[in-house]
Amino acid sequence: MTYVLYDSWTIARTNLVHWRRNPTAIASGLLYPVVMVLLFGYVFGSAMAVAGADDYRDYLMPGMFGQTMAVGITSTLVVVTTQASYGVTDRYRSMPVSQAGVVLGRAISDMINSVLELAILVAAGLAVGWSWHNGPLNALAAIGLLLLLRFSLIWVGIFAGLKLTPEAAGASWMLLLPLTMVANTFVSPSQMPGWMAVPAEWNPLSATVAACRRLFGNKGWVGDSWASEHAMLLAVAWPVAITLVFLPLSARAYRRLSR
Amino acid sequence: MSHSEAMNSYSLVAEGLRKRFGETHALDGFDLAVREGMVCGLLGPNGAGKTTAVRILSTLLRADGGRATVAGLDVATQAAEVRRRIGLATQEPAVDEILTGRENLEMWGRLYHLSAKQARSRAQELLEQFGLAEAGNKRIKHYSGGMRRRLDLAATFIQAPRVLFLDEPTTGLDPRNRNDAWQAIRTLVAAGSTVLLTTQYLDEADQLADQIAVLREGRVIVEGTPDRLKSMIGGDRLDLVLRDARDLPEAGDILAAFGRPAVDPDTRRLTVSVTDRMSALSHVMRAMEAKGIEVEDISMRRPTLDEVFLKVTA
Repeated sequence: MTYVLYDSWTIARTNLVHWRRNPTAIASGLLYPVVMVLLFGYVFGSAMAVAGADDYRDYLMPGMFGQTMAVGITSTLVVVTTQASYGVTDRYRSMPVSQAGVVLGRAISDMINSVLELAILVAAGLAVGWSWHNGPLNALAAIGLLLLLRFSLIWVGIFAGLKLTPEAAGASWMLLLPLTMVANTFVSPSQMPGWMAVPAEWNPLSATVAACRRLFGNKGWVGDSWASEHAMLLAVAWPVAITLVFLPLSARAYRRLSR
Repeated sequence: MSHSEAMNSYSLVAEGLRKRFGETHALDGFDLAVREGMVCGLLGPNGAGKTTAVRILSTLLRADGGRATVAGLDVATQAAEVRRRIGLATQEPAVDEILTGRENLEMWGRLYHLSAKQARSRAQELLEQFGLAEAGNKRIKHYSGGMRRRLDLAATFIQAPRVLFLDEPTTGLDPRNRNDAWQAIRTLVAAGSTVLLTTQYLDEADQLADQIAVLREGRVIVEGTPDRLKSMIGGDRLDLVLRDARDLPEAGDILAAFGRPAVDPDTRRLTVSVTDRMSALSHVMRAMEAKGIEVEDISMRRPTLDEVFLKVTA
């Protein structure tokens, strides 16, 4: 057990080397959100009006932050499935490596990756006129909530990664993208038809994004539903619940490889 | 010698291992004992249960029944201890494509809990030992199949394992790369590890193993030294193809001097097992000529795995 930290650092370091040596992945991983900011901020944004928001880009940026955290799950997924299919996972399991170290290493590198992504997005946001209005401490709290969401999704990624093939993992964004849009990320759920508004309001991503808007002081959509009024609570409760469910599930999926 | 002393000289013991996947009995009473420092070739066709046996013995998979010890430790209840003493090379080389050969070895070294410095020097030793010193700083994606396999074998050897599992180490390699891999395996063997090697090729087991166990449908059906196995299945096979099927009985009489030939009238082929290749060949050629039997093709070859099974299960 004393080797958990040593092992996790070895794995995390390797993951970071991967990331560094794959310039196209870096470019797409980091530029994609920037392109989305430009697309939504200026192309769609010019035609968008969100209830309660004076400026669309002010409303948009917290949504972009949240979506980027949510889509980050695919990078966890793809790496886990690929390693399992190449026998790397088998080699880890035949060695005296601590299982917690392997998983923690994955989590550390994914979190480092996410911090960088967020930093670039924040810079892009500032460049298009977004800003925080409630002081740096609240802004940092919002960043903390975003990373908490990302952290909880790592366990979903590891669990699903041990169950899926690399091909299925690669296609997962097709499911993920709509899930990140049926939310308050780009528009207000109050403008959606009722059958879509309810899941959009209860979407864990909506809770994080709404809480961030409040912490940043970005105006727009404050619904009168319970989920909307308790966004701050849900922004903590959802990720904690997701972690509590998927952390044991991914540990179990790992053990079940020996079935 | 007491019972426990007798057990101690075995690095690997499997008793009645069973494993089922749905309706398939991958292992069905698998028994094997390999003495310390020996190389055991586990020979069998696809689906015979070779990989399942390796996965259970290397703690990756739990058996449904039976028990096994590796380096004297129970693979089910002392898995963590077993992992400190084994190396495993799976069918697909488990190398990290994006890293260089050196970085791969250093990473695995650190995961065996060597210090950064120890991992560096061990990586350098292994690169030299496995003929990869020049390619050490190249990324794996630029490696040939044989180089990948050698690096993979080097990685199993970071901690000088007591028992080494090599699952079809040459499957998918061309002959040159195959020789390369054999050379690497001999390096591992020379250092004194006990090795369990699975293969589909009789000649590979013959080349590398001190002991061969033939696996079929999840159990070992015959076991012994390569010599014993070869004497059991007879020597090389002489294949004779005639121009005219009507000559088959007469040709059969000539071949009967070596044993009872297998005759296939459709392809006009006779096959017989011979021990002395050259004298058998010249004897048969002369006798055919004397009788005026026209021979379309004659060839000498090693027995195939199918023929081994036929012989062993007959």
